[in-house]
Amino acid sequence: MRILVCVKRVPAPGAKIVLTPDAQDIDASLLGFAISPHEECAVEEAVRIVEREGGSVTVLTLGPPEAEEQLRAAVAVGATSMVLLPSDIPDWDPVSTSAALVSAIARLEEEQGEPFGLVMFGNESADSGGFQVGIRAARSLGRPMVTGIKGIDAEGDSIAARRETPSGWELYRLPLPAVVGVKEGINLPRYPTLKGRMAARRAPVETMEPVAGSSGQSKVMLMTPPDAGSAVEILGEGPEAVPAIVDIMESLGLV
Amino acid sequence: MSFLYLVEHDRGRIDETTLGGITGARILAESLGAELHAVVIGAGAASAAGGLDAYGAEQVHLVSHPLLTDYGPDAWGESLFQLAGSVGAGAVIATGTDRGNEVMAQVGARADLAMVANCLEIEPDGDDWLMTRVRWGGSLHERARLSAPVKLVTLAPHSTEAAATGQPAAGTVAEFTPELGESDTVTMVVDRVTVSEGITLATAPVVVSGGRGVGSAEAFDIIEELAGLLGGAVGCSRVVTNNGWKNHKFQVGQTGTVVAPDLYVACGISGAIQHWVGMMNAKNVLAINIDRDAPMVTKADWAVIADLHQVVPAISAEITRRRTLAAESG
Ligand SMILES: Cc1cc2nc3c(=O)[nH]c(=O)nc-3n(C[C@H](O)[C@H](O)[C@H](O)COP(=O)(O)OP(=O)(O)OC[C@H]3O[C@@H](n4cnc5c(N)ncnc54)[C@H](O)[C@@H]3O)c2cc1C
Repeated sequence: MRILVCVKRVPAPGAKIVLTPDAQDIDASLLGFAISPHEECAVEEAVRIVEREGGSVTVLTLGPPEAEEQLRAAVAVGATSMVLLPSDIPDWDPVSTSAALVSAIARLEEEQGEPFGLVMFGNESADSGGFQVGIRAARSLGRPMVTGIKGIDAEGDSIAARRETPSGWELYRLPLPAVVGVKEGINLPRYPTLKGRMAARRAPVETMEPVAGSSGQSKVMLMTPPDAGSAVEILGEGPEAVPAIVDIMESLGLV
Repeated sequence: MSFLYLVEHDRGRIDETTLGGITGARILAESLGAELHAVVIGAGAASAAGGLDAYGAEQVHLVSHPLLTDYGPDAWGESLFQLAGSVGAGAVIATGTDRGNEVMAQVGARADLAMVANCLEIEPDGDDWLMTRVRWGGSLHERARLSAPVKLVTLAPHSTEAAATGQPAAGTVAEFTPELGESDTVTMVVDRVTVSEGITLATAPVVVSGGRGVGSAEAFDIIEELAGLLGGAVGCSRVVTNNGWKNHKFQVGQTGTVVAPDLYVACGISGAIQHWVGMMNAKNVLAINIDRDAPMVTKADWAVIADLHQVVPAISAEITRRRTLAAESG
């Protein structure tokens, strides 16, 4: 199966998020970056499907030129080719993001003469959390889509997809070509091998210029939620603290 | 003007999250001088509709169609989109759950309008709305502007507590039959598997959670023992999941499960922001960590600065000792 996975580069903050002085962005000067976790799992799932069934995995991202790092990380774990839509605009709204991805997908499919059997998205991006880019893209492509997917079985010209609910699983069956939004937990992503990393370093990146659109949604500023403040009580530095701990558990009615 | 609120139900059953959502939607509608209408779609809708007047629904739209046999994002999205057009709704609102966000994105895609997910607060600014919305699973807020002829939003789950109005609204019921075709049912649920678990992580009254500090899959035995004694569930951090020590279904955090127990015991977890947003609504937090400066320690209610491999088994032993004593004397 020919699979395309859309991924997003996101900063990886630690204990606290620090904003830039103009409150337009996260101060990422001291941070590392990662593929947003749901998409990391989507890449892994695509690679596994192709390992079983044959085919190819293309990764596509809209992001700063540095997002090439995340594309290469995907190739290092088994993706076949990568496409970058470079943009210096930091925050694309969901409507414009989806439009840019769709026009890239359409171009790739035209060049290659056939549609991708499966287009995969993360359920939502870790940073902006809009919960809609994939759904809008699927609608524009005229393909069925379900989100929240934690299990995929390829079954010839359709896929069976599983979504977790509080009481179990919902099952969906989508004819191909289809689109899915994947959630972390669908698999455990592998670590890249040395060989994979070397191959990724040499692999070519195809670039296409994205065209920014606009929708009715715009970001005004970012804010860090108020901190609850700390009033921690240190109960001790070893097993001598245990009676105090169990006293607390007792007072909460747990013992 | 009317605002539509999408009522989520599982074959007729409504949960607390939805009642909180309709309360939030009613407060918003009131503040903007709009009438709140509840929308209930598909099989079981009629039984879900009863009682919505108590939460301020002036009208309940029962959406039915022979093809609406179960949940499906296209069928629900298409139905809601058609209903919004037919009543000339000024806004369509849902709660930002898996389904709520999914259906609203479907509506947005059909209407070619923006959809703003997981809003905490909304206020008008002329014809626009200014909202505070959730980013990074709740560790960051965004001020956003929405200008659109019809406002499409989801409200962050649990951002408003469910509250019936003192005086039930009119609650008149109107039937609506959308035009649906086979293409709208492609994405419908075709089957279900019910997994009955004892205590689930999401609803457990106590969660005993382990992080990198636990050190191995085997060492999780002591975490499990304590969780068992407290009648609670086991949780873990993403490092634990990534190392393969625990399945992802135990992961607490932004990309795992969100928990709100009476007591959260964090053993060897540093308290990264993505973990914290998954348990920040715990009523009490006890941290066991060798690092006094770890964020989990400074943000906790109580902390023990020690090796969890010594402290956790000692807690279990002490609980067992006290229980045995109580049993002997009682
Ligand atoms: C987009 C994104 C989403 C994420 N989503 C999640 C998520 O859902 N859930 C999640 O958990 N993480 C998530 N993360 C990862 C997160 O940033 C942290 O990397 C992770 O939570 C750290 O796990 P940890 O606390 O177990 O490990 P560490 O940060 O390495 O902390 C280990 C802690 O154990 C203590 N320790 C070590 N040995 C002992 C001992 N013997 N006794 C007592 N204490 C000891 C150390 O002092 C330290 O505080 C996400 C990251 C990103 C970028």
